[in-house]
Amino acid sequence: MAGKSSKVIDTSGVLVEANVQLVDYLIIAPILIPIIFGAILLMMRRSDEWTKSGVNLSAYVACFGIALMTLASFALLLRVNAQGPITMTMGRWLPPFGISFSVDKLGALLTFVGSFVALMGAIYSTADAKVIDRRFGFYPFLLLMMAGVSGAFLTGDIFNLYVWFEVLLISSFGLIVLGSEKKQLDGTMKYAFLNLVATTMFLIATGYLYGLLGTLNMADIAMKLQNYDGDGPVRTIAVLYIAAFSMKAAAFPLNFWLPASYHTPRIVVSALFAGLLTKVGIYSLLRVAVMLFSFEREFLSIGIAWLAGATMLVGVLGALAQNDIRRILGYLVISGIGTMLAGIYVATVPGLSGVIVYTVHSMLTMTALYLVAGMIGKISGSFDLREVGGLYAVSPMLSAVFFVLCLAIAGLPLTSGFWGKFILVKATLEVEGAQWLALIILVSGFLTTIAIFRIWIFAFWRGGPSGTPDGKENYQNNILDDKYKLTASLVIGVLTGAILLIGFMPEWLLSYSADAAQSLLFPNDYIESVFGKEAL
Amino acid sequence: METALSILSGLFFIVSIYLLLSKYVIRVLLGVALLGNAVNLLIFTAGRLTREVPPIIPSHLDVPAVATANPLPQALILTAIVISFSFFAFLLVLSFRAYQDLKSDDTETLRFAEPKNEPTPPLGY
Repeated sequence: MAGKSSKVIDTSGVLVEANVQLVDYLIIAPILIPIIFGAILLMMRRSDEWTKSGVNLSAYVACFGIALMTLASFALLLRVNAQGPITMTMGRWLPPFGISFSVDKLGALLTFVGSFVALMGAIYSTADAKVIDRRFGFYPFLLLMMAGVSGAFLTGDIFNLYVWFEVLLISSFGLIVLGSEKKQLDGTMKYAFLNLVATTMFLIATGYLYGLLGTLNMADIAMKLQNYDGDGPVRTIAVLYIAAFSMKAAAFPLNFWLPASYHTPRIVVSALFAGLLTKVGIYSLLRVAVMLFSFEREFLSIGIAWLAGATMLVGVLGALAQNDIRRILGYLVISGIGTMLAGIYVATVPGLSGVIVYTVHSMLTMTALYLVAGMIGKISGSFDLREVGGLYAVSPMLSAVFFVLCLAIAGLPLTSGFWGKFILVKATLEVEGAQWLALIILVSGFLTTIAIFRIWIFAFWRGGPSGTPDGKENYQNNILDDKYKLTASLVIGVLTGAILLIGFMPEWLLSYSADAAQSLLFPNDYIESVFGKEAL
Repeated sequence: METALSILSGLFFIVSIYLLLSKYVIRVLLGVALLGNAVNLLIFTAGRLTREVPPIIPSHLDVPAVATANPLPQALILTAIVISFSFFAFLLVLSFRAYQDLKSDDTETLRFAEPKNEPTPPLGY
């Protein structure tokens, strides 16, 4: 206050005057809920000592928290679908000065699918997480990682995106090292150092961008870059961003941290990492390379095309050369990232809509595949292709489910993977001179079929481990306890059901993702939700 | 002033990249610590340097009378310092723990997750 000469200060130029509607708090609910539950769960690490029967209370609280988060993000999805992008600016400072959370169709969809996948993982972990993991904070880490993931999907400020990246990264460090086995320590070192370099690159690019434009609000950046005619190093910044996010997404040649670490942690951690974390990289590429740096991306696009092709082939060839089921899946994650990059190269409405469909598909499928791998490992006591076998006799149902998941990851009909690949191939063929990339998508799909059905043949179809004579059955069967069997079947069944549902009824997802792609390429409604109509 | 700081931050990057490329974890750690500082200097310089003019608005004015220092890059740096410090602390503990358990800080021998001479997948039943 200005002391004695107190005058009425007109704040309409700097503050948002209207009160925030209660329903707009939905925008930050998918971030607030996991943070609150993460804090509660931190106090509940020893909850199994609270009761005599040793009920695993923290697991149920975590499931409840993530279920709430899933509900909130579903409500947000419906709202965004009905009325377009919504923005809420923190501290009532007018954008671009306040930190905005802007949610458009892409962010809302990925938040919902991400929290749904995390819910499945949390339910699976109620039967799988060991006491020691809970003591060392499995659930608080999980919830805080989810806060980071949905924060990254919902924020409308590029420095804030960096902060959410760090939130999810530091929680993922906690998750991946949980258990402290030798190979975990080794894997975590590679994961941690390389991801740190990637986020540092992201920070460097953001520093330059602020120096150039003087703003961090994504809608503001999009407007300023559209009309930018200075001689600033815009291309350098675009390259830095693309490199940083490609590294987060594990695109070739920056993919080496993924196969070095994703097979080491608990299986549910691997499943969630494979389902969520690399997709945050893809989301950021969509947001930054497509929405913000559209002109520079056209200049760089041939490079992105080469990256996409190389990532697909390196991923799938790596998968063919592996012996450990989890490592095969890790390489298939990389190959999927390559497929999504192909759509980012195309960057037309159908191309981007293909990326979005494929991202949703990949989140569901990779999580389900890792969880099935966890079941295979439990039943046969090994993840080694030579030592598994005869599981068809143990559980015909599980082998049928795994068969469906194989179809999904290979992009064959009946499943969600088919539609993603179908749109991407079609969109790539429409681009002059990019037919070779469509060919690579198809070839990598074919090689994926070989790599993934090899797991099916070795683990389920043959009679027993290597050395079992033909026609004999010699299956390994560690009897699973009923609770684990029931929980795991439920989770994997629901995920497979979702994959099949999208496979049979893709219309809603296809039209929604086309709208989302449209608003990425022409972000007028996004900008309007931040600055109002007059800004355009 | 900007030129001098740009060169300094460039030097920091050179040293940190050199250290990050080392095969000994302890040097990589030092590289990480330097890298964080290099980035902080870079953001500081990219926000332009205005000395000795704090961003305080006099009571009878609505906007500052002269060009003042931009506080935002400094806020960004504060955030980045906290984050890079916590990451460094985690990596330090992780590396020490790995050194205790794996008895090495040489990345050539740290191959527990991806052992050398792994078996190839079976070619037939």
